[in-house]
Amino acid sequence: MAFDSLGEFLAMGRHGLYVWLAYGVSVGSVVALVVAIRARNANIWQRLDEEESD
Amino acid sequence: MNGLKTLWHRLGSPRWFYQMMKPWQTGLGFVALVALLVGTVWGLAFAPEDYQQGNSFRIIYVHVPMVVLAQSAYMMLGSAGFVLLVWRMKMADVAMVAIVPVGMTVTAIGLFSGAVWGRPTWGTWWEWTDARLVSTLVLLFLYVGLYALREAIPRAESAGRACAVLAVVGLINIPIIKYSVEWWTTLHQGATFTATRMSMPIEMAAPLIVNIIGAYCLFGYLVLLNMRTELLRRERDTKWVGALRTEVIDGV
Amino acid sequence: MHPTRRKRMIIVLFILAGAGLALGLVLVGLGENVNMFYPPEDVVSGKAPVETNIRAGGMVLEGSWQRDGQTLNNEFVLTDRVDAQFPVRYSGILPDLFREGQGVIVEGQLNARGTFEAERVLAKHDENYMPPELAGMGEAAQE
Repeated sequence: MAFDSLGEFLAMGRHGLYVWLAYGVSVGSVVALVVAIRARNANIWQRLDEEESD
Repeated sequence: MNGLKTLWHRLGSPRWFYQMMKPWQTGLGFVALVALLVGTVWGLAFAPEDYQQGNSFRIIYVHVPMVVLAQSAYMMLGSAGFVLLVWRMKMADVAMVAIVPVGMTVTAIGLFSGAVWGRPTWGTWWEWTDARLVSTLVLLFLYVGLYALREAIPRAESAGRACAVLAVVGLINIPIIKYSVEWWTTLHQGATFTATRMSMPIEMAAPLIVNIIGAYCLFGYLVLLNMRTELLRRERDTKWVGALRTEVIDGV
Repeated sequence: MHPTRRKRMIIVLFILAGAGLALGLVLVGLGENVNMFYPPEDVVSGKAPVETNIRAGGMVLEGSWQRDGQTLNNEFVLTDRVDAQFPVRYSGILPDLFREGQGVIVEGQLNARGTFEAERVLAKHDENYMPPELAGMGEAAQE
């Protein structure tokens, strides 16, 4: 570990705001992208189902 | 040569592609998840801080994989556009549709994380006179433009060709991004990794390499899933999709 | 290759080459006009306009940096390492990469007495990354 305590880890020296802002937005965007692309796939399957039952 | 030609023809077959790529998609998705978790935790908590930048340097573990991937993705997009224009291969159009949203998101993350790092380090979020920054913004606009162009043209075939032309012309931006730090005076530094030199000790570089591998695998997973989705959508009236439906219902 | 495909390929490559050439010309034209900043020589000789927003750049002279910890006021001297140098005043937080001996760009106005009143200070990073312990060793080895 590069840090001695959880508090130090969260503080990131003087740079906590920057590090956590960058990581937070990035991880959030990647998760949103994965969810959106998986949802698009699920949506197509659902449409295929509906067409089948028509 | 013959084997290559067979593979080329097979790649053009929706049914073959849909089935053969399923295990690749699953495998890449799994490797991506593991690599990104390991690389990110390693980079955030275990890698040493930088002697000048302190802990803000840890943003590199997000920023570099994303911007590297943003450029690679565009090169694939441009190549797909080229294949579509010359060979009229429909699979190339499917690939373009699948890559654009991924490339767009990745470029946006790269720009954002770079800005957040630049603020404490250089003293500015953004610098209009920096050629590296501006050419990367142009890359984002290209992705957005390709997305909008496809939405704007109702006929699928025309939309595909228009996008292919834009994608191919946009390839010019890639060497500009790469050499911007050498051709102009920029705030952005030169490459840390080159073929002959690594200006970073291994304990800092290792998590970065893990995250770069993870980012490429994530890209592979997302593009394959997105391509397979697009194939289902385009081929929904064909026999093979019908057969696939029955398989799912029968639980095979 | 099939003749139609070859023809298409030639057209596509032609478009790409044309666009590349056009852009290349624009960039060459632009490259001569992009003036990033005034070097110390221009600031001292009076080439740089006074009381106008400009950018100037130079190396931070060793031993010239004075700061007031309470007011965030900084004073330092930028030099070109030849013969020209000028004083800078800046109030605010300096970027992490600001160091004596490093190159920086200052944005602001040059006053009539030749002092640069900076509103922004930008520091450039090089491509080297190091943990603090290693960096200390490097300096010791150089001395």
